[in-house]
Amino acid sequence: MNAPGRLVIDLAIILLLIVGVALFRSPRRARAGNLIAAFALLCAALMAFYHERLFAPAAVLIALSLGAGVGYWVAMKVDMVRIPSMVAFQNGAGGLAACLVAFVELSGEAAPLPAANIVGGVLAIAFGAVTFSGSMIATSKLSGILRQTPVKLPGHSILLSGLAVAAVVFGVMSGLSAPASTVFLLGLIAVTLGVGVVFSVRIGGADMPVLISFLNAGTGLAAAFCGVVIQNRFLIVCGALVGASGSILTLAMCRAMNRNLAKVLAGLDARLADVSESFFHTESVPPSEPDDDRSPLDRAAEAMKDAGSVIIVPGYGMALAQAHFDVVKLARDLEEAGKAVCFAIHPVAGRMPGHMNVLLAEADVDYEMLHQMDEINPRFKETDLAIVVGACDVVNPAAINVEGTPISGMPILHVHEASRVVVCNLDDKPGYSGVDNPLYQNPRAILLFDDARASIGRLSEALAAAQNDTTGGV
Amino acid sequence: MVDLILLVSILLVSFAVGYFLILRVPPLLHTPLMSMTNAVSGVTVLGALLLFVTRRTSFEMALGLAAVICATFNVVGGFAITERMLKLFKRRERSP
Repeated sequence: MNAPGRLVIDLAIILLLIVGVALFRSPRRARAGNLIAAFALLCAALMAFYHERLFAPAAVLIALSLGAGVGYWVAMKVDMVRIPSMVAFQNGAGGLAACLVAFVELSGEAAPLPAANIVGGVLAIAFGAVTFSGSMIATSKLSGILRQTPVKLPGHSILLSGLAVAAVVFGVMSGLSAPASTVFLLGLIAVTLGVGVVFSVRIGGADMPVLISFLNAGTGLAAAFCGVVIQNRFLIVCGALVGASGSILTLAMCRAMNRNLAKVLAGLDARLADVSESFFHTESVPPSEPDDDRSPLDRAAEAMKDAGSVIIVPGYGMALAQAHFDVVKLARDLEEAGKAVCFAIHPVAGRMPGHMNVLLAEADVDYEMLHQMDEINPRFKETDLAIVVGACDVVNPAAINVEGTPISGMPILHVHEASRVVVCNLDDKPGYSGVDNPLYQNPRAILLFDDARASIGRLSEALAAAQNDTTGGV
Repeated sequence: MVDLILLVSILLVSFAVGYFLILRVPPLLHTPLMSMTNAVSGVTVLGALLLFVTRRTSFEMALGLAAVICATFNVVGGFAITERMLKLFKRRERSP
């Protein structure tokens, strides 16, 4: 490729990048890791400027500043609740760039390319176009332009397979025609854009974290293939790193839902939920408590007052209601009242991996209070009170107790094992999976169905009132 | 052919390195991680820049510039948003 001196510099930059990723092991170092990775990419771009003479440098600089300026501005403006949608959008931009670069490289008038470049280029176009259109659909779903529910077209799978076959045909034809025929390449782009759309519209709701991670991996691979077509090792390394990261997160999300990746991507569910009545009858229901006639809010206030330990379980509903600041305030109030408080985070709560952690961090919660599922589940038994905020499927005991529902076998947070449970959900409708939540029938559960933010506010007030009562204050 | 083998090995090795690095990232940081790796995938900006090393038709230049804009949007926006997120993660001083 190039001189040994450049190889050393390239390796140094790659090493910097790897160090950056490696620093993501702890929240304290991750910030440095991010800046180091950004610095590595900056070095790589400067190297390109330094070593190569570019035609039209002024236009290139303007394009660079434009992209950077808009990118920075949007990143600073966006609301943390909208992070998943933003990441999907940026991801789409990356996919489009890879597609364009490979297209220009293949269709250009330059000397005929070696076979490796052509294969890489065709793959880069295909992956780039699929991730571009797929990400745009994901963004639209997450920002509410499209409905979040899965859309099934008539003959969806046949359509998707047909498009995929057409993509392969166009890809092979482009590869065989030298220089690659623009018509075939455009056909390939059109068909793969279609694949991205048809593929993504079928995925929705709680499966979005899987889709986002999957598209993330796809853009990485598009960048890597783009590196193959222009014979640039730096692009290949970066792309492969991203591809690996996206693949791992995709599989982690699937594991967290105990679902098969192929099924999630095919929009397949096990037969739809019918939690049979017999289930409720067979479960030994403890007798209702005598003070049932009081309002749920009063009972929740008492439960909070009596509790020594509290676990708060946030879900996507908290993000939708923008209730994270109020939830953290309630947590503070509970702590000040002398209770042990922590948060339990389900891996697929929210719309991208780790979504809840970012929101709670935004609300200034100490990250040591955030506990992952495996770590916190054994502790629910000894916990006096669990407060569920906008989460349904991830706390649905039917996942453990009932066979044959879409969530059967999905690991859940064991809130039903806590002595009392306060549920601050919008309504008693099932979550995205469509499985009724037996937790709502549990006599230990206190149900506050309303906007999560309103409910949490009322809980805060009720707690303050209850504290004042006992201390005999104003 | 040698080139192809070399490139494919680079691809596989990087994938393996990435795999082991990412496995150690705690779920707490999965969103910033994804946002950061997303920024890294905007490395295609290099590819877009290198398109301008050879003389191009104005149509190709236009596509190339579009690629530069998209890729820098991805890179700069991705790193900036990750920095914003990571700044939020902090430990509170606690009274014992």
